Order: sequence, then C-alpha cells, then structure tokens
Amino acid sequence: MSSRTVAPSLIARVPGVAIALIVLCTVFAFASARFATPTNIANILVQSTILLLLALPMTLVIMTEGLDLSIGAVLTFASIILAVIVIATGSLALALSAALAAGLCFGLANGVLISVLGIPPFITTLGTLGIAQGLSLLVTDGQSIVGIPRSIESLYSGSLAGIPLPILIATLAYAVTHILLYHTRFGTYIFALGGNREALKIAGISVRGMLIGVYLFSGLMAGFAALLLTARLNSAHPTAGIGMEFDAIAAVAVGGTSFERGNGWLFGTLLGVLAVGVLRNGLNLLAVPSSAQVASIGALVIIALFIDGLRSEP
Amino acid sequence: MNKQTTGRADIAAPPRFGFSSNVMQVLYRLLAAALLCMVLASLSDAFMTENNILNVLRQTALLFLMASGLTLVILTAGLDLSVGANIALSACLAASVIKATGSASLGVATGIGCGTFVGLANGLLVTALRIPSFIATYGVMWMLTGLTYFYMGGQTIHGFPPAFRQLGSGYLLGIPMPVYVMVLFLAIGTFFAQRTIWGQQVYAIGANPVAARLSGVPVQSRLVLVYTLSGAMAGLASLIILARINSAEGDIGENLTLPAIAAVLVGGTSLFGGSGSVMGTLIGALILTLVLNGMNLLQVNASWQPLVTGVIVLVAVWISTLTRPSDE
Repeated sequence: MSSRTVAPSLIARVPGVAIALIVLCTVFAFASARFATPTNIANILVQSTILLLLALPMTLVIMTEGLDLSIGAVLTFASIILAVIVIATGSLALALSAALAAGLCFGLANGVLISVLGIPPFITTLGTLGIAQGLSLLVTDGQSIVGIPRSIESLYSGSLAGIPLPILIATLAYAVTHILLYHTRFGTYIFALGGNREALKIAGISVRGMLIGVYLFSGLMAGFAALLLTARLNSAHPTAGIGMEFDAIAAVAVGGTSFERGNGWLFGTLLGVLAVGVLRNGLNLLAVPSSAQVASIGALVIIALFIDGLRSEP
Repeated sequence: MNKQTTGRADIAAPPRFGFSSNVMQVLYRLLAAALLCMVLASLSDAFMTENNILNVLRQTALLFLMASGLTLVILTAGLDLSVGANIALSACLAASVIKATGSASLGVATGIGCGTFVGLANGLLVTALRIPSFIATYGVMWMLTGLTYFYMGGQTIHGFPPAFRQLGSGYLLGIPMPVYVMVLFLAIGTFFAQRTIWGQQVYAIGANPVAARLSGVPVQSRLVLVYTLSGAMAGLASLIILARINSAEGDIGENLTLPAIAAVLVGGTSLFGGSGSVMGTLIGALILTLVLNGMNLLQVNASWQPLVTGVIVLVAVWISTLTRPSDE
C-alpha cells in the first residue's frame, strides 16, 4: 500500500470524532471561563458515565444493522423498579437484581421479536418503548418516587482511591464490552452479522441466538445504568430517562459506527459520548436551554451521518 | 390473515393492484371495527350515545389526517417518526401567528407551510444524504421537539378566533367539521394512490425500488414527494388539533406518532412497502380510536394507552411479516 492511500484513510478514520471533540472543547473554552477547569472536566466525565453505559451496547446493536429505541424507556422502568424495591425491602442487592432482570426481560423481548418474528428493529423497539413507558407510568402513577436510602446516593457521589465510583463502573463496562467485541468469538460474529449475514448463516452460526444476545446485553446495561441514574437523581421519575436513547444513538453515530455495513468502532463511541457530554455541558454553561441542546445534538447526528455517507462513496 | 396477492414478481410492469385484494383487506377490517363496536356497546351504556359517537368520529378524523400522509411514506417502505414533533412545531407557530396577526388564514398557511417544509427536509435527508428514513426522521423529531420547547419557553398560547375554532370543534349538518376534512382527504388520497401514475409509482418503489428505478420511475423525486406530503398532512392535522383544544403548548404533539403509525399498520399497509391503502388507514384509525375510546369509557387508567398502542403496533407488524412474501 503506497503512502498516498494510507494518508487519506488515516484522515478518514481517526480524526472525524476526535476533531469534533477538539473543536467543541476549544470553542467552549473560549466561550466560558468555567469550562476548562478541573472541577468542570471531572464533572463532564462523571456525567457521561450513564450515557456511556447505554452507548456501549448501542454500538453493538447498530453494528448488527439494528437499533434500540427502547433503551431510554427501559432505563427509566428499571430505575423505577430499583427505587420501589429498595424502598420496600431496604436491600440494594435485591433491588439491583430486579432492575437488571427488568432490563433483561425487555432485551429478551426485543431480541425475540426481532430475530424470531422478523419484525424490523426500529419498529420493535418503538413498540417496546411504548410498553416500557406505559409500565413506568402505571407503576408510579406519573409521580416521582422519593425516599431512597442515602447509601445509594453515595454510589454516584462517592469515590475509591480518589477516582469517582461512576468512572470506575464505566471503565469496567468499557473494558468488558471491549473484550466482548474484540477478543471473543461472539464479537467477531457481531462484525460479521452487520457485514455479511449470509456468510454467517452458511457457516452454521445461529444468527437468532446472536441477535438475542446483543439485545440482552443492551437490556442488561440499561439495568446497570438505572443504578447510576437512580443514585444520581436520588429518586426515580417516569420521564427521567426519556430521550436518553437519542443521546446514545448520537454518540454512536458521531463516533463513526456505521448504520449500514456493520463497521463498528468502540473507542469512537467513547469519544462520541464525550463529544455529546462536552456539547451538553458547554451549552449548559452558556445557559442554553436544554430544549435547544436537544436540537443541537440532532444537528450533530445529521452532520455525522452526512459525513458517514460521504465516506462510503466509492 | 387474508391472502396477499400482490406478489413481488409482477412489479416490472407498472402494477395495477387488483382491486379485490385491497377491497377484501378493507372489508375484513371493517368487520373487525363493527365487532369492536358491538362489544363496546354491550360493555358500556355510554358508548352508543350521540355525543360519544361524534367524539369517536372526530378522533378518527384527526388520527386519519396524521396517518394519511404517513401511509404513503410507509408504502415506499420508509417511515416518518417526526409526525408528532412536526405537529407540535406547526401548531405552535400557527398559534403565535394567529395571536400576533388575528388572521386565521395566515395561521392556516403557517401551519401547513411549516409542516410541508419539515416534510421536504425529511425527504432531502433520506434521498440526497441517503440517511435511512427511520434515523433521519428520528433525528429530525428531536430537533423539532427541541425547537418547539425553545420557541415556546414553557408558555401556553390560547384563545383563538371563533372562525378558526370552527375547523376543529364546529359542526355542519350535525357532523363535526374534521369529518368533512377527513372525507375530502380520503378521496384525494385514494385517487392519488390508486388512479394516478405517481401513486402507482409509490407502490412500485415500495415493492421493489431497484425494479422501479430500472423501469424508469424517478425514485428520488417520488420519495421527496411522499415525505413532503406526510409533512403537509401533519401541518394540516396540527391546525385541527389547535382549533379543537384551543391552546398550544410545547408538548402538544407528544404521544401522537405511535398512534399514527399504529393506524397505518392496523389498516393493513405493510411496513415493508408496496401494499396497503389510504382507505385501510381510515379503518385502522377507526379501530385504534375505538380501542382507546373503549378504554376511556371502561375507565381504564390512561397510563395504559402507550402500552396498549405499543402492543398493537407490534402485533400489526408481526401479522404483516407473516403475510410478507419471503425474499430469502
């Protein structure tokens, strides 16, 4: 391969999201004196952890040419289950297990509907989004659940050896996902599933089982994210996680994972999560209302997809 | 379910979808709606009252108007997730124009104009930028939601001129105005889809885009057209909602997209494109409205509604996967 072809492919691959991140950081550093402070940067990192927990499985889902629109609503529902059970029994272990089970149930439902019944992923997860949202409203009657033990709050605000606990949890999740995707047979099949489904079938791999596994992983991570969300808010609310799936999809898209062809890049997703986190934090500092932040993230996604489309031109 | 005779092999020749299969689909669904009416009438005394029936008709009309443009999009095997958010922005802009100028017609123009513009943007994202439709319209949905809340800043605009309110809450010969609008657009939509070349091309694109392109269908411009029409219908629906509830808030379009999609799918239009009809969507809207109305009458907690709608969407798509000719 000559250097003529290497240089453009490097430019095409690495920077995209990294450049976006640098540009965003530079702009906000000039626009607000409070942006480039150690406290604020630590803040961005901690606040990005919940999003990372959702964006990691979303990367895998999108690599299989799927989509999980339900993850925000499932996160909300799991958080409500967690809060209800921890208040009723006082046992965090029991509550977390129930939250994880709730996430897994939705993951299983998504996976089965998509792979066994052949319903397209976006419509399946749109339907289960409605179901999870409905269940959340039914359980809470539209009210917040408060009175969660203090010990849970410390899960979000506490630290171990100087490192905030959420960062440790997120690092662990990233490491697990990385190993799963790049160092197991399951991960290799995920790459194949998006890229060449037929080859996988011919090789005798159970595509159904794979898809169910991917969506189960998505539900499981939503359950863990529910723990962080509940600890962060110190309450559970039926609309708390609504729209989080959008930030997660945005992070994955900005991170360079392609919606068609199964090209995934987990580190890109991490950078994408940071880009979304920086964008939200910077706009917050500039006192831009959260509604306008949503619109700007929408614009970010469209730009990222546009670039993605340009890159795929032969 | 019923037999789908609109296979994929007969696409190369511009399809003249047999009237019979469409008519049968509609008849089955009408039968289901009639059964639903009988069940509801026997369960609740309030169902067969004049008030409730007019209410069901009005709701059906609204849902149909939202879903009619969406039907064309789904016929091309696309999806428009921005319908609800488009309605919210169009309604809020129209409301502030009416408030500022006092002119109902300017407000109507604003609402339809905004909806159409959003639809056009969707169409361009899908065609020119080649972004998959559900992702593009999903991104647009959040942008519109953000813009609407930003624009409204938590305020409510209410109290519109009586002439404008007629559009949503008026009656003509004892029948609600929206029903007339519904009948008008049912006729236009059915004529467009079944009796014009463009409509037939929409079916052809959904059934097999490659074959359609090879047989000379201008796929890109027809796609832009259907997304624009879907946006325009959302704009029109936003005006009727505005006129009916007499106030506009940022969350006015919340929870409207899923029912609209459900109406199209229950009406027998396949998510995989190429088969279905605008008439079917009307029956779909009626069935969905009857279900939600029945839940209201039987005093089921309103929190059940998104859940039930979600289940209905999944069941409807599942049925359409069963009848889909396998391409593997």
